[in-house]
Amino acid sequence: MSSIITSRLHQGLRTIPFPPEKCIVSDRLRGAPLLSSAPCPGDCRACLQACPVEALSHDAEGVLQLDLGRCLFCGACRDACPHGAIEFTTDYRLAVSRREDLKMRGGEIRLASVLAEEIRRIFGRSLKVRQVSAGGCNGCEVDINVLSTTVYDLGRFGIQIVASPRHADALLVTGPVSENMRLALLKTWEATPAPKLVVAVGSCAISGGPFAGHEAVHNGVETLLPVDLFIPGCPPHPLTILDGLLRLLKKRHA
Amino acid sequence: MNRRGLLPFHNGEPLEWSALAALPIGRFRDTVVEEVAGGRRLAAFFGLRENRRRVRLIAVLADDQNGVLYALRAGVEDSFPALTPACPQAHLFEREIHEQLGVRPEGHPWLKPLRFTPADYPGAEPSAPPLIGETDFFAMSGEELHEVAVGPVHAGVIEPGHFRFQCHGEKVYHLEISLGYQHRGIEKALAGGPHSRTLYQMEAAAGDTTIGHALAYATALEALNGTRVPARAQAIRGIALELERLANHIGDLGALAGDVGFLPTSAQCGAIRGDFLNMTALLCGSRLGRGVVKTGGVAFDLEPERTAELSRRLQKGLDDVTRAVELLWDSSSVLSRFESTGALSRRQAVELGLVGPAARAAGVFQDVRHDFPGGIYALFHIPVSTMEAGDVYSRAFVRWLEIERSIEFILELLAALPAGEISMEPARKPAANRFVVSLCEGWRGEICHAAVTDSRGRLARCKIVDPSFHNWPGLALSLRGQAISDFPLCNKSFNLSYCGFDL
Repeated sequence: MSSIITSRLHQGLRTIPFPPEKCIVSDRLRGAPLLSSAPCPGDCRACLQACPVEALSHDAEGVLQLDLGRCLFCGACRDACPHGAIEFTTDYRLAVSRREDLKMRGGEIRLASVLAEEIRRIFGRSLKVRQVSAGGCNGCEVDINVLSTTVYDLGRFGIQIVASPRHADALLVTGPVSENMRLALLKTWEATPAPKLVVAVGSCAISGGPFAGHEAVHNGVETLLPVDLFIPGCPPHPLTILDGLLRLLKKRHA
Repeated sequence: MNRRGLLPFHNGEPLEWSALAALPIGRFRDTVVEEVAGGRRLAAFFGLRENRRRVRLIAVLADDQNGVLYALRAGVEDSFPALTPACPQAHLFEREIHEQLGVRPEGHPWLKPLRFTPADYPGAEPSAPPLIGETDFFAMSGEELHEVAVGPVHAGVIEPGHFRFQCHGEKVYHLEISLGYQHRGIEKALAGGPHSRTLYQMEAAAGDTTIGHALAYATALEALNGTRVPARAQAIRGIALELERLANHIGDLGALAGDVGFLPTSAQCGAIRGDFLNMTALLCGSRLGRGVVKTGGVAFDLEPERTAELSRRLQKGLDDVTRAVELLWDSSSVLSRFESTGALSRRQAVELGLVGPAARAAGVFQDVRHDFPGGIYALFHIPVSTMEAGDVYSRAFVRWLEIERSIEFILELLAALPAGEISMEPARKPAANRFVVSLCEGWRGEICHAAVTDSRGRLARCKIVDPSFHNWPGLALSLRGQAISDFPLCNKSFNLSYCGFDL
């Protein structure tokens, strides 16, 4: 017993404040991108060719556009660009409410907006979440699980991961939705009482990610269900997921 | 040459396709069966379609004691005599061959769908695609027997799979595990490659094994295109692979503690696991190691300050995890739940061809890092950790031993990082008509990528064998005679990958 107490004391307080007071992510984190707003010189397409998932495009003026829903945050575009037009900042805030808000230019991302007053009133101060992995690689799942550890302590925000869809307000879906999980996902959604939210976590759940276009997958949750929150990343950092959820609930503003 | 005329070769050594022993199917079967009975292990067994009628079967045998591999091939058409009745290790491989290529292993005792994929081979009869989970499950009948069906959607944040228990009261007589829910078509997409997306798909084949699969794939490709990976890159790859093992093993020990209601270790390991994920992020920005491995080397260097910081965090991590985990071995309530639960004998582990901590916990002395050392493991050695009893306790304790040894290994490497470049441009395109087997000891066990190139140097086939492919039958067997309430504990003690299996 004494060793348990000693070990506990040694651990100290592990819970981080949120939003964090100081930068706790790696200086090498590839978070929110920063794109040049000027048209790319000449007919340079180096980054477009380097991107493994066709997330980049040029608009009519030749200005870069990045689809964060497809992006794997691999950094191949940054490394390929001879003009330094692409950077990745360590800003973890990336979650948005609408699919089109993921198509970014420059450095602006329209972050997720608060849920309708009526829905927030029904949910009260809590949000019960049921996770469904639908072809997820266990990358997003791992960093969702982390939110329940003492470090992120999801419970303090009134958010809880529950065992049954019948107890849930929201489904947190990961993976591109494999054909073999389609039926199970739809049944899980039907079993969830309304009003209900769907959150797409990770590039697979938003666009199919690295598996987009495969016959065995459905290129994301939105092909089958309405989505209320998109959390990009491959996988998203736990702070990115937490930030997105709290924005919906009006528990986060900055 | 060994006595059967099989040519021994090494992990990561490219062979001319024509150097593979080509045998008539009867001799192919007998050779594999006898070699496995003699102590070799079936590391991979797969098919490659040659034309509309013909399929090449390829078997890769691992001789763990002598650190060499053997490969043999045979041409078949519609069917071949199944190996499974005489060689249980072939069981899932033959179901896979049947499902992917439509070639029937005659006499297979349990020829059922594996991933429930639609038939897309020449000559497949047009029919509705199979419905996932619809198959003949093993069933028992009797007055007091009952069946418990769980999944695909489980209660926790885990991947989907379906489990059927045949029980009498609390006691499990049989467990059948039916997977395929996570199938994303990875192997099919590999054909004709390498494509620009391939490495990213390898990183997400089993996302908790990002480094393991990326490394196995990159090593295979480097063997084919003749790239010599610089020593510094090899060292950083080794560090990343061990960090991946550490985070997962620590998470598993915490989860095992949680499954027996021992919250101190459960809570502490949850946080400490995050510290180790953040060490990987210190190296590359991603907690799971996305982007570390590139063909030809690594994408991130460890400059002196980062090396020192990593070293400092590792020493602190060792102290933290020691205090958290040692509570387990001092707690009689934990030990009484861990000991004798879900035991597999050494003989069972060998017969099924188990790999990784699950095999080592049952006394099987086998570890790719020791038996087939590639990269940095050829220069820096890591002891093999084994136990005898093959129960939950042994699987937990092997992880603990490996945690200590991995930290020691990384610290040793950090103190002696080779100087030089961290990546090398490929010398040439992948060579034509080659065959290579790349093995890597992931945290769950042996990861095997076997690649065959066509006459233009493209990947005609790249077979991926995740350690889970070998080990799921081990979990099913370990449940026999156990209380069904011990399933979560047994399951966690294996902690196998669904997506790594489903691909």
